[in-house]
Amino acid sequence: MPDSQRIIEIEVLRYNPESDKEPHLEVYKVPFSDDMSVLQGAQYIKDHFDGSLTFRWSCRMAICGSCGMMINGIPKLSCETFLRDYFPNRIRIEAMANFPIEKDLVVDLSGFIEKLESIQPYIIPREPRSLDQGEYIQSPEQFNAYIQFTSCINCTLCYAACPQFGLNPDFIGPAAIALLHRYNMDSRDGAAAERMELVAAEEGVFNCSAVGYCSEVCPKHVDPANAVNINKTNAAKDYFLRFLSPKGGSK
Amino acid sequence: MEIFKADVVIVGGGGAGLRAAIAVAETDPSLKIALVSKVYPMRSHTVAAEGGAAGVKKPTDSYEYHFHDTVGGGDWLCEQDVVEYFVRQAPIELTQLEHWGCPWSRTADGHVNVRAFGGMKIERTWFAADKSGFHILHTLFQTSMKYPSIKRFDEHFCVDLLEDEGRCQGVVVIEMGTGEFSMIEARSVIIATGGAGRVFRESTLGGIVTGDGMALAYRHGVALRDMEFVQYHPTCMPVTGLLFTEACRGEGGILVNKDGYRYLQDYGLGPVSDKPKNKYMELGPRDRLSQAFYFEQQKGRTIEHPRLGSVVHLDLRHLGEAYLHERLPLIYEMAETFMGLDPAKDPIPIRPAVHYTMGGIKVDGNCAASLKGLYAIGECASVGIHGANRLGSNSLTELLVFGKVAGVDAARNAKSLAPGKSASLLKQAEATEQRLMALKTKTGGTEKIAVIRKEMAQSMEDGCGIYRMANTMQATCDKLSELRERFKNISIDDKSSVWNTDWLTAVELDYQLDVAQSMAHSAIRRKESRGAHQRLDGFELRDDVNYLKHSEAYYVAGDEPRIAYGDVKITTSQPAERVYGAAGEKADQERKGSHA
Repeated sequence: MPDSQRIIEIEVLRYNPESDKEPHLEVYKVPFSDDMSVLQGAQYIKDHFDGSLTFRWSCRMAICGSCGMMINGIPKLSCETFLRDYFPNRIRIEAMANFPIEKDLVVDLSGFIEKLESIQPYIIPREPRSLDQGEYIQSPEQFNAYIQFTSCINCTLCYAACPQFGLNPDFIGPAAIALLHRYNMDSRDGAAAERMELVAAEEGVFNCSAVGYCSEVCPKHVDPANAVNINKTNAAKDYFLRFLSPKGGSK
Repeated sequence: MEIFKADVVIVGGGGAGLRAAIAVAETDPSLKIALVSKVYPMRSHTVAAEGGAAGVKKPTDSYEYHFHDTVGGGDWLCEQDVVEYFVRQAPIELTQLEHWGCPWSRTADGHVNVRAFGGMKIERTWFAADKSGFHILHTLFQTSMKYPSIKRFDEHFCVDLLEDEGRCQGVVVIEMGTGEFSMIEARSVIIATGGAGRVFRESTLGGIVTGDGMALAYRHGVALRDMEFVQYHPTCMPVTGLLFTEACRGEGGILVNKDGYRYLQDYGLGPVSDKPKNKYMELGPRDRLSQAFYFEQQKGRTIEHPRLGSVVHLDLRHLGEAYLHERLPLIYEMAETFMGLDPAKDPIPIRPAVHYTMGGIKVDGNCAASLKGLYAIGECASVGIHGANRLGSNSLTELLVFGKVAGVDAARNAKSLAPGKSASLLKQAEATEQRLMALKTKTGGTEKIAVIRKEMAQSMEDGCGIYRMANTMQATCDKLSELRERFKNISIDDKSSVWNTDWLTAVELDYQLDVAQSMAHSAIRRKESRGAHQRLDGFELRDDVNYLKHSEAYYVAGDEPRIAYGDVKITTSQPAERVYGAAGEKADQERKGSHA
C-alpha cells in the first residue's frame, strides 16, 4: 500500500479550559490514503496519538452537520474535505470561527439553537386541515418556492463565515433567516407576518452587510444570502406599507 | 447531583424520540417531558436515511398487500397483529408529517408522490428526494419546538436506568459539556436510541449508532429479541460503507457483475425485464441481494478493485443526469465528492455493508417492555414488524407510528402513577456516578479503546456476516468474551471533565460489547437459515418446526448471555415458501386462488 506510506502534518488548535490559558497549536504526523477525509485524520490522531482530542462527528456523509471546522482558515465540513488536496503542505484545523470554544474543535452552539427556536420553525397553518382530509396540495410552483431553503443541515459554517455575526453575536444570522424564509414561503403556512417582525427587528436582516460569504461556504447550496436579501426587500416593503397605512387605518 | 423531575423521559432525539415527545405533549400539555439526546437532535442518525417511508397511497394498493409484503419479507418472523396495526396507521402518520411541513416529493398535480422499493408489491414509499430521513428529522425537530412542555437535554449522555419497586422510574445522564451527572425522575421512560450497527466493521452508520439503549435495557433484565438478524444493505460505498439508497434501484438502477451481467437473475429474482418491476430483480429484498453478492464473489464474478476490494456495479447511467439530479441529488453528490465519479457517466462500484438491526429491546404492541414503565421505539426496539429481514422504507414509518403509540401510552402510564421515592433513586444514581468516575480516573490501563473496538468489529464481520458457520460464530463468541475481559484494563487518556469524549467513547464501547454478545450468541444457537440469518454449515433451510420462534437474549452479569425463545404471533399469514420474481408472482396468484 504505497498510499499509506504518505504522511501529512496536521496542525490542530488545541484548547482544554481546565488546563490551558489559551488555545495553542499542536502538530501530528498522520499517515493517510487518498480517500481519507480531514475527519478521518482527526480520528486517527484520537485513536493513535491522543485520546483527549475532542471534536463532534457522526454521519461521515455531509448530512448530519456535526463536523464543521476551520480548515486552513475556511469553514468546511471535515468529512467531505480530503487530506490529499492539501498534501504535501501542512494542514491546519481549528474550531469554527465566531463561536466560543468549549474544548479543542468543539464550539458552543447554544446561541444558534436559541435562534432556531426563536423563528417559529414550524407550520402555523394558513387553513387547518384534518388528517382525514389528506395532504395539502402544492403545485410545483408552490413547492419550488421554498424547497431550496429546506436543505439546511444546521452545520453553522455560514455563521463561521459571517463577519457581522463575528461582530454581533446576537445577529440572527444566515441559517436561521433561511429557515424563517423557508416557512414563510411555504403555501401551507400562514404566519409570515409574525415572523416578519423578527426579520425587521434590531437583530434581523439589516445587520447583514451583503458579503455573501455565507452562501459561498454552504455545503448544501441553500444560499442563505439570497434568503437574507429577499427579506431585506420584504422588510423594507413592509415598513413602507405600515407607514402608508398606520395602525387603525383602513386596509 | 442535580435532580430533574419529569413525567416522561425520552432517551434519544431521533425520529422516534421526537415523535414520541410530540405525542406526549399533544396528549396532555401538563405533562413534563425530558428529551435526552447525546447529540443535538437533528444530528441523530435518522438524518442519514435516504429512500423514504412506506404507507399505502395508491388506489391500486391495499393494507393487505403491505401486510403480506412485510410479513413475507420478514420470513414470517413478524408479529402479525402488530404489522396489521402498523400498515393501517402508516398513511395517517405520513400525512400528519405532511401537515407538519415535511417536503415530500410531489406529482405534477400537487399530491404526494410514491416510489418503488425492494420487496414491495406496489409503489408506496413516500419520499423527499433522497433525503427522506433528513427531512423527517428536521420537520419533527422543528415541530417539537412548538411545545413548551418538551424540555430538551441536548448533548446529554444516558448512563443508566433507575428502577424502584419493580418499575423504571428515571435515568442518569452526563452533561457532555461539563461532565456533570444528573438524575431525571419520570414515571415513564422511553428508549429511542437507534440501532447498534457500529459493532460491525463496514457499516452505513454514523459514529453515534452504538446500541446504548439496547445495552441499558438489557442490563436491567429486559430481553433483546431477534438480535441475530442484522441487515446488510446491498448497495454501499466500499471501504467507508456509506449508503447508496435502495431508491437508486427503485428509480431504475441496475446491478451488474464484472461481465456486465445482471446476476440477480441467477438467484431466484428473475426474469430480467426492461423496466423495473416490483419484487423482481433489483427490487427484491435486501437480504437476498446481499446474499447474491456473496455468491458472485465466491464464483469470482465480482470486480476486483485494487483499493476498494471486491465490488459490483450499480449502474444509473441510463436514468440521465437531469432525472438523477431531481430524484437522487444526494447520491449524485456523494458519488462525485467521495468517489470522484459522475453517476450519469460512470457505473458506481458498490458492495454490501451493515445497515440495520432488525432485533432490539423486546416490547409489546404498545411498545411496553417487561420492566414496568419502560418503553422502547424505533431501531433499538423489537416491536415485531421486521421479523428476520426488514423491507426498506418500513423503518422510517415505524418511527412515526410507534413513536406516537409509545408517547400516548407513556402519558397514560405517567398519569396513573404517583411519583416515586427520590431518595432511593438518588442512591442508585450516585452509585452509577461512582462507578463511571472510577472508570475515568483509574490509571495504569493498557488496552486502547480503538484497538478493542476494531477487534470487536472485525470479529463480528468474520463470524456474523452475510453467511455464517458454527466455527466462525464460535470464534466470535470467544473473541467477545476475551474483549470483555480486556475491557477491564482499558486506558483513558483524557481525565478532564469538560467534553470528555474519550471517557464516553469507552462507555459506548462497553455498551457495544454487550450488544455484540447478544447478537453472536443468538446467532450461533439459531440452527436454520431465515431472512438475514443464513448458514452454510448444514442449516441452509428454514426450520419452522424448531425455529419459528423469536430468540431472546438475557444479560448475565460477568458471563455470556442466556438465550431463550418466544412464540411468534401469527394471525392470517401462515408461513410459506419465500419467493420473488416470477416464482413470487405465481405464489401470489395461488394464494389469491385459495382465498377465493
